[in-house]
Amino acid sequence: MLEIKNLHVGLEDEDKQILKGVDLKVGAGEVHAIMGPNGSGKSTLSYVLSGRDGYEVTEGSATLLGEELLDMEPEERAAAGLFLAFQYPVEIPGVGNMTFMRTALNAQRKARGEEEMSAADFLKLVREKAKTLKIDADMLKRPVNVGFSGGEKKRNEVLQMAVLEPKMCILDETDSGLDVDAMKLVSDGVNALRDAGRSFLVITHYQRLLNHIQPDVVHIMSEGRIIKTGGPELALEVEENGYADLRGEVA
Amino acid sequence: MALPQKKLDATEARLEGLSLPGGAAWARAAREAALDRVKAMGLPERRDEYWKYTRPDTLVQAEVPPAATFDSDDGPMYEGIDRLKIVFVDGKFDEAASDDLSLEGVTIERLSAAAEKDIHWAKDVYGVLEERGQTPVERPLAALNTALAEDGLLIHVTGRVSKPLNLVYHHRSETSDAILHHVIRLDEGADLTVLENGPAAARFNKVMEVDVADGAGFHHVRTQGRDHERRAATHIFARLGKESTFKTFTLTVNGVLTRNECVVEMLGDDAAAHIAGACVGDGDFHHDDTVFVTHDAVNCESRQVFKKVLRNGAKGVFQGKILVKPGAQKTDGYQISQSLLLDDDSEFDAKPELEIYADDVACSHGSTSGAIDEEGLFYLRARGVPKEIATDLLTLAFLAEAVQEIEDETLREELVGRLDAWLQRRRG
Repeated sequence: MLEIKNLHVGLEDEDKQILKGVDLKVGAGEVHAIMGPNGSGKSTLSYVLSGRDGYEVTEGSATLLGEELLDMEPEERAAAGLFLAFQYPVEIPGVGNMTFMRTALNAQRKARGEEEMSAADFLKLVREKAKTLKIDADMLKRPVNVGFSGGEKKRNEVLQMAVLEPKMCILDETDSGLDVDAMKLVSDGVNALRDAGRSFLVITHYQRLLNHIQPDVVHIMSEGRIIKTGGPELALEVEENGYADLRGEVA
Repeated sequence: MALPQKKLDATEARLEGLSLPGGAAWARAAREAALDRVKAMGLPERRDEYWKYTRPDTLVQAEVPPAATFDSDDGPMYEGIDRLKIVFVDGKFDEAASDDLSLEGVTIERLSAAAEKDIHWAKDVYGVLEERGQTPVERPLAALNTALAEDGLLIHVTGRVSKPLNLVYHHRSETSDAILHHVIRLDEGADLTVLENGPAAARFNKVMEVDVADGAGFHHVRTQGRDHERRAATHIFARLGKESTFKTFTLTVNGVLTRNECVVEMLGDDAAAHIAGACVGDGDFHHDDTVFVTHDAVNCESRQVFKKVLRNGAKGVFQGKILVKPGAQKTDGYQISQSLLLDDDSEFDAKPELEIYADDVACSHGSTSGAIDEEGLFYLRARGVPKEIATDLLTLAFLAEAVQEIEDETLREELVGRLDAWLQRRRG
């Protein structure tokens, strides 16, 4: 599904390397987790994959189903099946949540040469998905993320994921700012989307999210590289001993 | 005071060879007085403080800069709304294209016909509100209009009018120089909605005087047409009585030069005036909103809300003033002007002013200029919305606050639909 090879990334405006050779392969239907301390490059990886400005790729590649992502505009990556659930979903005053999602879905469909979805069909689809995420009609009517609580914003991200049906989902610290109940709701939403044709890359500081969204593979990232890869037990190890031990081990 | 030679020359050049339209004594007197005002003030020139951000020369010069007509495939506006349509072509009333002018609660006459009558109610309004609006700031193009206008409508509203009047302004001649003067008088408790749309002419000078009596309501929504090369200098002069309401909204898309002045005097207690505008400018586009609201009564509310989206070197101007006279206590005055600059070549100049001589008032004003929200843009794109569409979505969202000022939902939706369609067409 997603294959990252020797990815080197720096900041565009300053001479600073953040990713120093990341290699990662996520197979179809797999859930991978990336854990790591602050500043290890986890969020940068998610931004570079989704095409945010301000980063410079100096070496390496990232392909989604064999297609080079790094050459594409952000919207092309989305149409190709990539989805980033933002750590801090952006508030967009004046743009209704429904308008936003429908515009996004139809733009993706158009880009893929598919037929656009009618307003009626779309409404039905969103209502059904929203129900399981306990998103009420009011949240759908309001401007995108404006006045949403932290939990509502994250649920709204998962709703978009459910509506857009991407192939590769990156969850950037989706657990940040969530209480236990909200985390369960969000995780249930994500788990409901697990499918043989859909992969996940879950970026998180803490192991607790991985109790809810159980990964197949866990990677530890530090100083711009993946320093260790293992099974779910690796997350528990980090939880117990912290990252310091692992870094020492590799050095 | 003698005018500077240059101004005198320019004014004389404009007036040369022109003669005032005839008519009954009251009309002639109003026109002659207005002409005297023009001569005393002189026509605007670029060094005038009030024209600091907008060059008036092409609005003043005798020769009309030609403007190509624009074939839009938009289709007529307000099709779904029951309305009384009144059509002007290059500033001339087109009877054949207009609906019958009889409608309950309102009397509509042509200026040219009414000016022939010896006794007419318009005597108390025609040129009167315009003249009141000349202090403390001079508006010579409005006085020129009062002096020279041959066509326009005199609208006397005696009750609640069941449907809006829709003034449609077609532009057919590339060198048309249209001067229209409308006078609207609303009796106590009367209510009227006026919809204006269309580019009107290559050069358009329009004055609308609106006298709103106690408890009356006036609602006004206009769109100024999409002809790229057209020029317009428009004035609204409104006088508000007790507990009256005055609401005006203007949407401007395209047009090489537009100066819209709105002068509102609140003379009766508990009145409300809402003045709003949205404009979208691309390239050779200059749009100036100049507003002057005078609070001269107790417990009145005024709002000015203006939003401009500018790109490819387009320029926007806002000059807005709230004057609170002594004794105008409990005034609630609000003013906001904002621009969204889509590139570094575009420019927005704002001059917000408050002048307050009462001590128990709440007045606020704000003005901002900003680029598009990059975070929002990326978020939309990351969900698959192409950059151009994402930009338009954010543009519409930015303008929404001004469009929200339109009270009537059907009208509001009509305008949002138009804006959306225009933005879509621009994307191709």
